[in-house]
Amino acid sequence: MEKNFKKSISNAVNNPILTGALGKFSEAYKINRAKSYEGIDFEELRQTIADRKAYAAAHLEEMAAAFTKNAEARGAKVFRANSAEEAVNYILNVAKDNNVKSVVKSKSMASEEIHLNKHLEEIGVSVRETDLGEWIIQLAGQRPSHMVMPAIHMTKEEVSDLFSKEVHERLSNDIPKLVEVARHELRAKFLEADMGITGGNIAVAETGSIVIVTNEGNARMTTILPKIHVALVGIEKFVEKFDDIVPILTALPRSATAQLLTSYVSIITGTTPNTDGTMKDLHIVLMDNHRTEMSKDPKFVQAMQCIRCGSCLNVCPIFRLVGGHVFGSTYTGGIGTILTAWFEEMKNSEDIQGLCIQCGNCKEVCPGKLDIPEMIMEIRRRIVVDKGQSLAQKAIFSVVNNRKMFHAMLRTASVTGKPFTTGSFIRHLPLFLSDLTEGRSLPAIAAVPFRDEFKKIKQPASDKKIAFYSGCLIDFAYPEMGVSLVKILNRAGYQVVYPQEQTCCGAPARYNGAYEVAANNAVDNIKALLKEDVEYVVSACPTCTVALNHEFISTFESLGQTEHMADAEKLAAKTIDFSVLTKKLIDEGHLKLKQGKSMGSLTYHDSCHLKRTLNVSEQPREILRKAGYEIKEMFECDMCCGMGGSYSIKLPEISKPILQRKLTNIRNTGAPLVAMDCPGCVLQIRGGVDQSGDNITVKHTLELIAEMIED
Amino acid sequence: MFEKFKARAEAVGSEVYRFKTKSETVDFILSFLKKEGVSGNGKSYALWSDSGFMKDADKKSLSEKIPGLKFEITRDLAADSLAGISEMSYALADTGSLVADQTSINARLVSTLPAIHIALIGTGRILEDKTAVFRKIRPENSSYIAFITGPSRTADIERVLTIGVHGPKRLVIVFVDEMEG
Repeated sequence: MEKNFKKSISNAVNNPILTGALGKFSEAYKINRAKSYEGIDFEELRQTIADRKAYAAAHLEEMAAAFTKNAEARGAKVFRANSAEEAVNYILNVAKDNNVKSVVKSKSMASEEIHLNKHLEEIGVSVRETDLGEWIIQLAGQRPSHMVMPAIHMTKEEVSDLFSKEVHERLSNDIPKLVEVARHELRAKFLEADMGITGGNIAVAETGSIVIVTNEGNARMTTILPKIHVALVGIEKFVEKFDDIVPILTALPRSATAQLLTSYVSIITGTTPNTDGTMKDLHIVLMDNHRTEMSKDPKFVQAMQCIRCGSCLNVCPIFRLVGGHVFGSTYTGGIGTILTAWFEEMKNSEDIQGLCIQCGNCKEVCPGKLDIPEMIMEIRRRIVVDKGQSLAQKAIFSVVNNRKMFHAMLRTASVTGKPFTTGSFIRHLPLFLSDLTEGRSLPAIAAVPFRDEFKKIKQPASDKKIAFYSGCLIDFAYPEMGVSLVKILNRAGYQVVYPQEQTCCGAPARYNGAYEVAANNAVDNIKALLKEDVEYVVSACPTCTVALNHEFISTFESLGQTEHMADAEKLAAKTIDFSVLTKKLIDEGHLKLKQGKSMGSLTYHDSCHLKRTLNVSEQPREILRKAGYEIKEMFECDMCCGMGGSYSIKLPEISKPILQRKLTNIRNTGAPLVAMDCPGCVLQIRGGVDQSGDNITVKHTLELIAEMIED
Repeated sequence: MFEKFKARAEAVGSEVYRFKTKSETVDFILSFLKKEGVSGNGKSYALWSDSGFMKDADKKSLSEKIPGLKFEITRDLAADSLAGISEMSYALADTGSLVADQTSINARLVSTLPAIHIALIGTGRILEDKTAVFRKIRPENSSYIAFITGPSRTADIERVLTIGVHGPKRLVIVFVDEMEG
């Protein structure tokens, strides 16, 4: 990672104004968004949006041709700009031809993308941003930090300073007064402007209409007062039908700012009368700038379904810590990482793609049904294919790639790590876990890994067989979890099989873009786990379960490998998460829990992969309740704990504050115990509790269930 | 429908009134303008853009009652006006929104520049939602379709909701039963 990038992250996470404003907003957003969607079938709505936008993306040429014909029939001039440069030049020429001296702009990310203000100013045109946030940013000489709330990182004191300079008068910090100053100052600019520039939220092919959505009314002023209106519209904004506006307009304000509808929506079709009776000189610039290219890539065509609501930023645990400026480009957050890779170039996303912790929050709320984490993984993969792994990562993955060497080294670590171990925690881990993360202790490598412990447990003879896939953490750090799991399964009448040839699930390699290594891991595991005919393959690590269930298949797909595909599908069908299986065993009467005991209260942390990839959240709660626990839900129970595998090692400065937030939320429930279903989360949260000194016990659900099964 | 609209519209800061007859409505508007200080002095004009409602109105006598109330609209007057009055085509109950064909520059000016926008609408023009209104409106018939939901707002400084940044600071919605369709 670039030094400057690391520095900008550290500046951001240590900026209390930024993290305070973004943190507060994101907490309120989640609640308000849910409220705004009450009575609406979100899944159905976003499927409609995804379908309609996907249709347009698959027919871009037709959309552009129809839009051009229909808008021109209504008096608009439509220009198709293939590149940013063509778009800039066209707009500069319109300005020059009409002797334009001053321009007012309403918010347009497309204009930021092509740095339009700078180009206009270079030819002597004065440009005023009129969206309040954009104007503040313009006066400050900064870049927007958020797609919808450009100045969210600034305080009223800073705004007051900026405005005071602009109007040559010392202003107070009173927000309504500052807004009044903006109204007054910008009103004059609207009235004198020769040209208005807007973006467009939607472009309708069948009618040649553009739709502009705002709250302040500045887009209305911009399109009404100056005699020339230039609308700069990215071609991803196309929809085919006029009626396609409805679903987008239903989702956009709700997802962006939790509003049922923004104050103003303008649907402009062709020219309209000016105040002096002449007709508006309307120019619509349809900008491509690599969008067609993006739409032709099967992995990225879905990015054309984005409606630019910014909800992926609002729910991102990373974005609320670092804000937009660390992204270094026009578009920020998860979607920004993808758009930057396409609109600029792949390598400009090299650093920022690493910010994604793959928690999946964004995917859950995206009204365009974009799988942002998956696209970021693909960027990661392509960068690795293009540039190769860093030397350090190469060394790590060459070890993980060789099962025997990997396991031998982990065993060695259990010995060499010893001198640094205090209690059950280790302060310095050798090998690839060697970067000490502040604020969290790491577990000691177990003296006896689970794979050896297992041999000591006598298995009952049974025709009901189940294979246990432990994953590295249970195998080498938490073998006692494996022992508990075997106890539960034995009690339910299963003979447990533990194939010794199983190895790392490949997630660490995959999440670092090393798909070839992940594919080798997949093949080793498929062979090991399908060797014996078993009813289920059970895992108590959701990251591993997701690997067995989905990612072996998608890794093969990405690499175009077909040889082991059928077996991968067979394995996926047998794979089951611990909590899902246990609930089933209890419901079907195969497993009995001690009755009538009150075990007190606990709070439950939802692990990202379990909740959002496997869609499991009720099962662990139910079995914990059946075991006699009362669940006190914590605030943001399904927010990432900051572990993210090697993420916490690569970006400890981000991982740490995410963990601190989680610990605060756990603490605030007053429960003495926190349960979760992922050994990675246990590692992170137990380590955090160890350092903070909280008197809170951190357990995997299976440990609590094992204590409560009837003898 | 009216009650639902009223609740949703008030939730976003609109003021909602309802009258049975046109004459009651005119009386209300005149007293409202008087109260707000539309005197014709300085920047205290009110502009009433032409619409079906005004077809049989005696504009001259209205102007006599409220000096500063004007029916001839210019850009400069609109910029100097305290209030603008226009007629809307539909109201949407589920979002508290108003919808109008604003191809006419006057309709746009009076609903954008003045500090107060008074929106007149027939009580019978309330529809359930966007889906319903999209069955009624077509861009072939209107070059500028406007949706207005509450007054102009911003939260760009410290996320504090502030009303009235560029557009009207107040949206006064007046339903008239007698204007049924």
